Amino acid sequence: MKGEGETPFLQIRDLVKTFGDFTAVDGISLDITESEFFTIVGPSGSGKTTMIRMLVGMDSPDSGDIMLKGRRLNDVPANRRPTCMVFQSLALFPHKTVGENIEFPMKIAKVAPAERRRRADLLLEQLRLPLSYYDKGVNQCSGGERQRVALARALAYDPEILFFDEPLASLDFRLRKTLEKELKDVHRETGKTFVYITHSLEEAMVMSDRIGIMRDGHMVQVGTPAEIYNRPVNKFVAQFMGEVNTIEVTRAGDNTVKSLSGDMVYTVAGDSFDRFEKGFLVIRPEVMKIGPAAEALPNRLAGTLFNDYALGSRIQYQVRGADDSTWLVEKLQDNPFDGTLGDSVTIGWQPKDSILVMD
Amino acid sequence: MRRRRFFTWLRQPGVLSAMPATLFLTVGFIGPLVMVFAYSFMPPRTFSLAQAPTLDNYFAVIHESYYISFLWSVWLASLTVALLLLICYPIAYGMAKLFGKWANLVTILVAVPLLISENIRLFGWVLFLLKKGILDGTMQAFFGIEMPSLLYGVPVIVLGLVYVYLPFMLFPLVIGISMVSDTLKEAASDLGASRWQIFREVELPLAMPGVLIGAMLTFILALGSLAEAKILGGQAVIMLADDIESAFTFAQNWPRGSVLSVLMIVFSGGLIFFLFRRIDLDRLLGGR
Repeated sequence: MKGEGETPFLQIRDLVKTFGDFTAVDGISLDITESEFFTIVGPSGSGKTTMIRMLVGMDSPDSGDIMLKGRRLNDVPANRRPTCMVFQSLALFPHKTVGENIEFPMKIAKVAPAERRRRADLLLEQLRLPLSYYDKGVNQCSGGERQRVALARALAYDPEILFFDEPLASLDFRLRKTLEKELKDVHRETGKTFVYITHSLEEAMVMSDRIGIMRDGHMVQVGTPAEIYNRPVNKFVAQFMGEVNTIEVTRAGDNTVKSLSGDMVYTVAGDSFDRFEKGFLVIRPEVMKIGPAAEALPNRLAGTLFNDYALGSRIQYQVRGADDSTWLVEKLQDNPFDGTLGDSVTIGWQPKDSILVMD
Repeated sequence: MRRRRFFTWLRQPGVLSAMPATLFLTVGFIGPLVMVFAYSFMPPRTFSLAQAPTLDNYFAVIHESYYISFLWSVWLASLTVALLLLICYPIAYGMAKLFGKWANLVTILVAVPLLISENIRLFGWVLFLLKKGILDGTMQAFFGIEMPSLLYGVPVIVLGLVYVYLPFMLFPLVIGISMVSDTLKEAASDLGASRWQIFREVELPLAMPGVLIGAMLTFILALGSLAEAKILGGQAVIMLADDIESAFTFAQNWPRGSVLSVLMIVFSGGLIFFLFRRIDLDRLLGGR
């Protein structure tokens, strides 16, 4: 799907957009391959919405290039671009039925009514909506159904690239999970290029072939979900995935680092250590061990258990180290460790399970 | 027993507080309408309701030439509505979407003249357009151009109608247009629609409640108008409302005036009823 050396499908070069004094997108370059599911992840204000609005043609960049299959798109207005977006609000036309909404792009393109109807029915079927919904008002549909109608309408435009501006953000957790998987299915079935934006890295992980992490108008890291998860380039990316332990450290010796707060020395795996001088040691709560399991580990410390949270499949503990540092440790439900608050416990981790980042 | 129940009903807070408005509307609005309706069935040139009802007035009105003033009223009202739609839509669009804080200034500028009596404003136009008036005098003094007579014709009546009823079209349109979400227009554009297609497929249908209310208000107001035709038009055209006034005052024929009024009310009422039957506001607003 992502062959090396291939001509990029969508090429973004040094894209800049400012609003007054504020630089929303600050020189982003990015290549997106055909049929890829690419997700841009970033907190609010990171410029991801501005980025996508420029890509679909609703905002024009101050400088830089947007090239689709080698054709410069910068000055092509939104209605002439072979791209289409599913809005955060979905932007379904409230005065039109489900069928009229789906047929809208075809009506605009002057497709004959019978053909429009045929394709609308196909799309309804593809998105698992009953054919009887054709005549239903869009406001009578449920949240999930409206998502599917919006996706059907975008697919009816037959775009080269489909953009998504956090369309699932307002849905409840379970429905969101279902629709994430459906969207991935639709992506596979249609073979179209999907560019999705979200503030949830977890959502991005589920669906994407590749993920780009944005912060303050810059693309901080681009990679596969596994790369992002296992080799975050900095503290920001590491923390974006969820709760992690981050300890500020400096180089201490061969394969060891020293914590700034308590002069603790920890062993790290050699491969990430070449040019490291100072930065952060990142350890995810789920790789931390607690109790007897931690006793024999090369990296361990003593602490006091002072909070526990049931997370369903796991239990999370908060442990306060002797140097007053706070640690998050998670164990699976079937782990026999059973501590009570106030207990003195040992926690620890394997050197290969920690990640070193520069900033 | 029944009497007691009536008084309990009357003492409910809702009924009590609705009472002043109900009484006022009964006496001031429904009463006169009933009187007019009743008078239309009285013998011609009588001033009492205590007589045998007759349809004579209706037959008389149909046989006389009132249809001319009726057609003038309908035509001028329609023309006024059409012109107001053309003039007000761009201004309303600006006020709803573009002017920002300046929209308030425009609102004030449009609303302030409403504080002055319509007749006085129309006489202002007379002074402005009169032969040797402000416009003519200015043109002669500065450019040596002598203006043709602008008063006392159909165009100046239309000008007066458009001028007087402009706020009644503008404000409903502003509300209608501001209800159209910009995101929907962006979405339409993203799906390939041109500006004209966006207007026809998205903006106009969604702004339709405002358009309809503005059109209906101004049509009914213009249909019942007479001051513009009298003051600016100098009786070049007799509007139906003018005929009604003459029947009640100059001709002292209340039953005839009543018949004309009833016909006009039935016509405008029927039109509104027809429009609201044909056009489903809920559907337009997406609430079905």
